[in-house]
Amino acid sequence: MQIHPILAALRRHKAGTVLIALQIALTLAIVCNALFIIDQRLAHISEPSGVDEANLFVIKNLWGEQYSTQQAVERIEEDLNTLRQLPAVQDATPVDGYPMGTTNEDNFITMKPDQRAPTTDASFYTGDDHFLRTFGLKLIAGRDFRPDEIENKGLRDSIVPPVAIISKTMADKIYPNGDALGKTFYAMTPTPITIIGIVETLHRMDVSTWSAPYTGESMLTPVRMAMPIGIYYAVRAKPGQRDVAMGEARKALFAENRMRIIDPKDGILSFTEIRRRAFDSDRGMAILMGIICLVLLAITAAGIVGLTSFWVGQRRRQIGVRRALGATHRDILNYFMTENLLISLGGVLIGVLLTFGLNLWLVTRFTLNVLPLTYVLGGIVILLLLGQGAVLAPALRASRVPPIEATRPA
Amino acid sequence: MLAYYLRLGLRSLRRNPILTTLMVLAIGVGVAASMTTYAVFRAVSANPIPGKSGQLFVPRIDIWGPQARTQGRRVPDMLSYTDAMALMRAHRAVNQAAIYPVGFTVVPQDSSVNPFAVKGDATYAEFFPMFDAPFAYGSGWDASEDEAHAAVVVISSRLNQQLFGGADSVGRTIHLDDHDYRIVGVLANWNPQPRFYDVNVYSRTFSGAPDFFVPFTHAVDLQTDTNGNSSCYGSAGRAPGWQGWLQSDCVWVSLWVQLPDTAAARAYRSFLKGYAAEQKAAGRFDWLPEVQLVGLRQWMDVEEVVPPETRMSLFLSIGFLLVCLINTIGLLLAKFMRRSAEIGVRRALGASRTEIVRQFLAESIMVGLAGGVAGLLFTGIGVLAIGLVFEPDIARLAHMNLSLMLLTILLSLAASMTAAFYPTWRAANVQPAWQLKSN
Repeated sequence: MQIHPILAALRRHKAGTVLIALQIALTLAIVCNALFIIDQRLAHISEPSGVDEANLFVIKNLWGEQYSTQQAVERIEEDLNTLRQLPAVQDATPVDGYPMGTTNEDNFITMKPDQRAPTTDASFYTGDDHFLRTFGLKLIAGRDFRPDEIENKGLRDSIVPPVAIISKTMADKIYPNGDALGKTFYAMTPTPITIIGIVETLHRMDVSTWSAPYTGESMLTPVRMAMPIGIYYAVRAKPGQRDVAMGEARKALFAENRMRIIDPKDGILSFTEIRRRAFDSDRGMAILMGIICLVLLAITAAGIVGLTSFWVGQRRRQIGVRRALGATHRDILNYFMTENLLISLGGVLIGVLLTFGLNLWLVTRFTLNVLPLTYVLGGIVILLLLGQGAVLAPALRASRVPPIEATRPA
Repeated sequence: MLAYYLRLGLRSLRRNPILTTLMVLAIGVGVAASMTTYAVFRAVSANPIPGKSGQLFVPRIDIWGPQARTQGRRVPDMLSYTDAMALMRAHRAVNQAAIYPVGFTVVPQDSSVNPFAVKGDATYAEFFPMFDAPFAYGSGWDASEDEAHAAVVVISSRLNQQLFGGADSVGRTIHLDDHDYRIVGVLANWNPQPRFYDVNVYSRTFSGAPDFFVPFTHAVDLQTDTNGNSSCYGSAGRAPGWQGWLQSDCVWVSLWVQLPDTAAARAYRSFLKGYAAEQKAAGRFDWLPEVQLVGLRQWMDVEEVVPPETRMSLFLSIGFLLVCLINTIGLLLAKFMRRSAEIGVRRALGASRTEIVRQFLAESIMVGLAGGVAGLLFTGIGVLAIGLVFEPDIARLAHMNLSLMLLTILLSLAASMTAAFYPTWRAANVQPAWQLKSN
């Protein structure tokens, strides 16, 4: 296939050529970045929580009366007894926050009490000796809390327990040699905290963007919150009985004591729902970007079909002449396919520059990550294939132009 | 003549239905994507209190010092209790109010009704006149009741509906968290969005209206904890209990001041500087705390009220519209140039270039109008489907209204005219002689 005549012909259709190339370039830039955003969001959505998601649910329980810390401790104990006695329930534990939830508590972590710049940041869980079992966390080193280690904490009591169970991600961050067990760290107080256990995975309480560098870094201290406002109960149902347990739990708690508020709609949430809500905006973004990509590719393809059809119509006579001079169907087909390939190549060349330009802007403006090269290569392949696919129909029509056209006036 | 050209344009569009549909769809889809994301952007970036936003300011004081900044912390966007009270006492603004969110339990008198939770704010009397809060019944409390730490409450129309069936409940008593409060006012439907006055202390920026307002002084007397954010730095060793909390450098109070003109704002700024210097002299800090006085619109930026997702989707949709535009240019060019012969004949028969330009612009107006109708349809679908993409709180705010519809049509027309510019110019430059000869 001779490239030179194609280039010469293109020079006579500068405007159309430039328009198609430009459209391909912009499409490449937007599609590459959109696909990358989709991938990042999906990765975020599928972050592991570390908990037994299928059987877990959380009750948000607010008190209908004012309790002192001691009264609250007693009420919580009663509620836990009620919950644990339900036939469909495995275990229950009181918490003031749970993975991917709406409340968040976190602390800077330092290795020395007088250290200024923090080593890392960890989500700060409080829980009792039922925490690991209820959430279904996997202890990979050390031990669980002993009942005698648990302290009750009322409003604004400042208790800093001397021990903690931490996630493996956090352990690896503060003790990269893998010898974290038994070592200490500080969480914004002068009290050293000894690591007595390490769990395989425990997601942070939050899913926000700022904490992305600290994903999966969590610590658990042996504290049972006894707030005058209320408490969350995390409940783990027996396998497959979650929905039954959710219904039972509400009834049983109200039967035990009416002076409480459990929102009829959002008071009891399964972990499936918690996860769905936590990533609402991420899922939305992925869907939006997906739609934009698809429609954009469709429009670009349609544009190529439209303009190439016009060119074919314009050149019927020339095609006829070539056919009369011995060019085969295949030659004509190849001509248009190659012409499109050349334009597309020009387009993706500009497109690569635009892609990185757009990415650079998104990085500085929206703290997106730098686009990996694979996305650009993938995008180029997609657009070249799209161009070839789009041009096929008009090119086939061109190849069927009979040689007799050469003798007709244009 | 224009009417004739418009009819001619319509006829020409009908001649190539596929090409026309393609152009109309491209414009429609591009415009709809931009307008849908714009509807969301407009809703979240709206001025919550137009007409007064220029007078409202938030003071910030850098009580954590330069060392905190090296650890990546910003100047706190909330105030500590100590500073908020000092600024309230000084009373250097026309109106001023410290605010913090609180949550209470309502225990209805009817014992068959279960108690339920309500969310509101603890604030000062000047909150209501400062933010032009409209009342259905009664009014806000007055400054003397702030000083008396009175147990009074202003409730929302929603809570009034729920508890009293919407009747005038001023003077009646409600039971919040084991304490009685006398109702002094019932707000009319009032919920500025974004909820600018406590975006820093309350993270749900686009949530429903607060259920009630109680005097700040009374809430502090009852040791009511904040229901919102609090942030501590270097306060790990603070004294225990409520007093320790109040005296700490933890920040959890939002403070707004109304300063009617630039002179007042300048005076307030220098007052803040003076206050900071005074605190340093008193030995509270060993640095001179930086002070800022942030206006409402700037405050929205500082607090990143517009979610990055919203901004990003708006920009990407505009990029999308650009591609659709280029696509339309290409298609219009093809369509117009295919009619070179016709143009040649018209020109040869004496039509001027201007006439050709008019004819083809009229045709693109038809494309723009059709694209506008398609755009309206798609925008309507898009706005309905916003809930799939944006969070419920935000999706609730975006809606179709007359100005959005007009803007959609205008944008379609502008897009089609822009797209038609180059193809029309090419059409006008067709050489009649060349066209006639080749025929």
